[in-house]
Amino acid sequence: MAKQHSNVSYQVMWNRLISVVEEQAQALVRTAFSTSVREAGDLSAGVYNIQGQMLAQAVTGTPGHVNAMADAVGHFIRRIGRDNIFEGDVYITNDPWEGTGHLHDITVVTPSFNQGTLVGFFACTAHVVDIGGRGFGADAGSVYEEGIYIPIMKFVDRGNVDMTLINIVRGNVREPDQLIGDMYALATCNEIGHRRLIDMMTEFELEDLNGIGGFIFESSRLATIERIAALPRKTATGELTVDGFDKPITLKVKLTINEDHIVSDFAGSSGLDKKGINCPKVYAKAYACYALKCAIAPEIPNNAASLAPFIMEAPENTIVNALHPAPVALRHIVGHFVPDTVYNALDKILPNVVPAEGAGCLCNFQVSLRPRTDAPAPNDAVRSEVLTFNSGGAGARPEHDGLNATAFPSGVMTMPIEATEHAGPVIIWRKELRPDSGGAGKQRGGLGQYMEVGATEGHEFEFQAMFDRVNHPAKGRQGGKDGGSTTIAQDDGSPMNGKGKQFVPHGRRVVLAFPGGAGYGDPAQRDHEHVKRDLARGYITVETAMKDYGLAKSDIDGVLDAVQKGEAV
Amino acid sequence: MGKSKIRLGVDIGGTFTDVVLEVDRALYSTKVLTTYIAPENAIIDGMKQVCEKAGIHPSDIEQAIHGTTLATNALIERRGAKTALITTQGFRDVIEMRTESRFEQYDLNLKLPEPLLPRQMRYTLEERVDAKGNILIPLARADVEALADVIAKAEYESIAIGLIHSYLNDAHEKMVRDVLEEKLPNVMISISCEVSPQMREYERFNTVVANAYIKPLMKSYLGRLEERLRNEGVTCKIFLMHSGGGIISLESAADFPVRLVESGPAGGAVFAANIAARYGLDKVLSFDMGGTTAKICLIKNQTPKTSRVFEVARTYRFKKGSGMPISIPVIDMVEIGAGGGSLAHVDTMKQIRVGPESAGSEPGPACYNRGGEKPAVTDADLVLGKLDADNFAGGTIKLNKDNAATALDDAIGNSLEMDAQTAAFGLAEVVDENMSNAARVHAVENGEDLSEYTMIAFGGAAPLHAGRLCEKLGVNRLLVPPGAGVGSAIGFLRAPFSFEANRSVYMKLSDFDDKLIQSLLKDLKTEATGFVRSCDADAEILSDYKVYMRYTGQGWEIPISLTQEQATQPNAQTFQKLFEDDYTNLFGRPVHGMDIEITVWAVNATTQPEEVERIKEATNSEPSPISGTRDIFDPALGERVEASIIQRDEMQTGATATGPCAITEDETTIIIPSSRKAIRQPDGCIDMFVKS
Repeated sequence: MAKQHSNVSYQVMWNRLISVVEEQAQALVRTAFSTSVREAGDLSAGVYNIQGQMLAQAVTGTPGHVNAMADAVGHFIRRIGRDNIFEGDVYITNDPWEGTGHLHDITVVTPSFNQGTLVGFFACTAHVVDIGGRGFGADAGSVYEEGIYIPIMKFVDRGNVDMTLINIVRGNVREPDQLIGDMYALATCNEIGHRRLIDMMTEFELEDLNGIGGFIFESSRLATIERIAALPRKTATGELTVDGFDKPITLKVKLTINEDHIVSDFAGSSGLDKKGINCPKVYAKAYACYALKCAIAPEIPNNAASLAPFIMEAPENTIVNALHPAPVALRHIVGHFVPDTVYNALDKILPNVVPAEGAGCLCNFQVSLRPRTDAPAPNDAVRSEVLTFNSGGAGARPEHDGLNATAFPSGVMTMPIEATEHAGPVIIWRKELRPDSGGAGKQRGGLGQYMEVGATEGHEFEFQAMFDRVNHPAKGRQGGKDGGSTTIAQDDGSPMNGKGKQFVPHGRRVVLAFPGGAGYGDPAQRDHEHVKRDLARGYITVETAMKDYGLAKSDIDGVLDAVQKGEAV
Repeated sequence: MGKSKIRLGVDIGGTFTDVVLEVDRALYSTKVLTTYIAPENAIIDGMKQVCEKAGIHPSDIEQAIHGTTLATNALIERRGAKTALITTQGFRDVIEMRTESRFEQYDLNLKLPEPLLPRQMRYTLEERVDAKGNILIPLARADVEALADVIAKAEYESIAIGLIHSYLNDAHEKMVRDVLEEKLPNVMISISCEVSPQMREYERFNTVVANAYIKPLMKSYLGRLEERLRNEGVTCKIFLMHSGGGIISLESAADFPVRLVESGPAGGAVFAANIAARYGLDKVLSFDMGGTTAKICLIKNQTPKTSRVFEVARTYRFKKGSGMPISIPVIDMVEIGAGGGSLAHVDTMKQIRVGPESAGSEPGPACYNRGGEKPAVTDADLVLGKLDADNFAGGTIKLNKDNAATALDDAIGNSLEMDAQTAAFGLAEVVDENMSNAARVHAVENGEDLSEYTMIAFGGAAPLHAGRLCEKLGVNRLLVPPGAGVGSAIGFLRAPFSFEANRSVYMKLSDFDDKLIQSLLKDLKTEATGFVRSCDADAEILSDYKVYMRYTGQGWEIPISLTQEQATQPNAQTFQKLFEDDYTNLFGRPVHGMDIEITVWAVNATTQPEEVERIKEATNSEPSPISGTRDIFDPALGERVEASIIQRDEMQTGATATGPCAITEDETTIIIPSSRKAIRQPDGCIDMFVKS
């Protein structure tokens, strides 16, 4: 029976496809080895039609992958060749330019066959902890130093795993078991997605995905364009300057709203940096698109049609369109600042929608621990690599305070410190909110956080810093004040840099203060009840309450008194 | 437990308090409206009703078992006591910083849930234990005494103590507790190493805070309840259902009230497990659909699946991550905002969306005729013919089909250019698909394939939707038990006394320490057994040993059950084999050459579950008498079909019903789709399966 499908069935199928890719993502979380995937959720998963257009994407995952992976499958089809795609194949790459922006992201694509006919593809991406080279950090001068490169190729050919590839990879990375385990986990997760897709096609008696694909694309396209058409047809520019590695980087964007699409043009942005903080276009585009979708069409699911109207342009070899062989390991730093740049422009077109600037890039660091070398080390001292993800404060919103110590635009989670301390001989002495770091405003910026990191007795370590906003704090909007800047030093006061690998001797700790988000609107207009609440909670100090918000001495005394009595404020 | 002849089960739910009395295997039940201000009133009222029905006096009751949503509601509604947290210096904000992520990535105006305690109510002490349990900074008694003075001044009623790595070394937490007990004898104290001795500070601290927060309230409620029952002449012991699916004493419940969270749904899972045992089913999916939510649980080998952490009080469309984590032994289930009262609308994508907003009991769905104007799931069920307008809730509520159709037109039909029936079809399909998807994702998270499962459906709305869910999930067999409306309360009567003690202690198989394992499991067994012993002085107590294992470097553990012998004479090779076998079952292949580690150790002490008699399954006798027909929309066929109507109480054992068919009873209606048929089993279950 050739089945005629109603609008209702198509709605159900669309929901089902989103559920299929969610299952695909969960399978990856369950089987992955890298903490970045299983604890922090640095992954993505999606289903594609035979043309390589994305039909649906798992909500689990982080935006940089989300949109970048949308383009990847087209590259796979082109490189592998349509005539060379067989049932039982699995393809792989970590190409920063045809995958998701750096060698540490492995993308795996699996063709999906139904009764011998190719009906679509599944793709997934995960950030692995090590890919060889210099290790995860900014220090490389070219992509060749950043690790092993896997071109788009077959990982599994008609059911047979390419052992040569496995052996080469195994011999080139620091944690081979983990990486190979993750490669298999990626293949497994596509397989789970594929099985569910076939179940669905059987249930709905589908021979191909053309009908449902057409329905998804048409609904998404119309809904997205409707949103864009409702915007003022205007052009505006925005810019943002951040620390960079050793010289500041400026991102510039010209945003043009057209009838049915939006162009963000990054011409005028800084050129390439010598160190590994350059960003391939695919990753910068992902975050430009993410920023606009959040502001304009947040609830429209991600797929080829809903992403298509967001066009990003950037001249070659600018920092947001780094070409091979530029070093790109920490491309997330620049990528995470793209949304704030876009919002600085969009705010001029669409006031009262976007937040003030926030901490932007994640406050990540990796600690390479080893037995002390300045004196005899105890017998049980070990070598260990520990990676942590942490967040500063988000920018204040037009109607709400910024989120404290919460990732934006990234979608990853932090790791529990008790888990981190089990991963190696590291001690996190402090991880708590940083008072007064949220920029003052009618709406206050989110607070950053303090961290203090050391090693257990008998160990010293290299500290791989990946921080920004040391010299360029988040800027306030509409009269809001700037957020607090990043600071980094050793506990004896020895200065440290915001980026790069730095030695920390036995017994020393690294003392970190991560940046706060900026404020929104004039602090004088802040509701005094909110100021009092912030004071009671210690989000702000007495000095800030008086100086920035003009809280009267009597109010301050009242708050402090209430806190002592345990009364609500 | 089997020896008690007259037993009372009471489940306080959001809308109704269900009371079930079992007298010599006969069940008497009633539903009374929950009395929020003094919940014990509804219990007394309901108890009197069932005692009267059964012709007994409350003093004849030999055992009373209670489960309640009060603990959950107190957390959701933030109605707890004035509570302070004492934690390690440097970690004051753990319960506020959460996972530092956004559970909804595209909402620029996202608000994260506030922590249970604001920052000024969180205090710190200078002290530190490391990841091996060594003390890096000793705690000074003088510091604790000084803090006690600060706390006394602020007049807190309850204190939570949560220190870093206390699950490995509890000396500091206990010292803080001892000093505070000495100095502040009237303040209730909860310590994380007792409430939730598990790794991961956010979950552990939040759990101890939640326990402290609801402790005064629950202690007072349980005290009042006991007094009221005594005044009515009840003399028997009173027990509480806990979230792990077992029963604990009233005293233990008052000390660890956080273990009562979700005790009602846990009772539902026990109810389903009991039916699974009756039928000898090893793979069961329980589906409990009420007015506002649907709960789905996997029951393997007649035991509900358990977990060590779950999320309560989700604030954002039931979205994962939007609530607060509670790490206690709990029956693992998914709950989504899909019930008979869930409301539908059309979103900007011109897609029909259903729930989690609910019409509640007031105004209720549009068809209730009480002023509701938005279409609810019940409205769609009525328009599709699944419900009979004149025979809803035993005829007590007359449903208005016109109102339902108008609401469907207004909210859906007009913008999507559909008639009311198509809108109703769309609405029902969307909610059924939402529930199916939740079940699918839950199954995949547990490495299970639902096509091998049998569904057991209960709760007022479940029998209307379960048949369609089975079609969507490829589930062949469905059982709808009698008493489906009060399933949780019946489940309480089937639950054993049990208590699970667990602890996080890391051990790699390459550093296997059998002496340590022996003493650890022995301690856990002593702790768990003690709780059960306090409920029953002489019953035989069984111990289940479980270890949570993973490859070193992974984040997700697999629970591995150990036999008594494997637990008392532990051996690394056996542990490795057990783990690798299970891992292969779940994910296809083991990962060779990787070290394996154990992270959590658990012992569940339980009394012998009640002996369940295997049912002798009925064979076809003859078709049930048909009392009439009506047109019902069959979503799989996409059209209306003429369905026969059968009265459930007229179905004899072995009588069959062939879809399309509606089996009606006072509490609900069972819809048999065209693809299935059903037979009545001797225990009253309607047993539905695919037509061969």
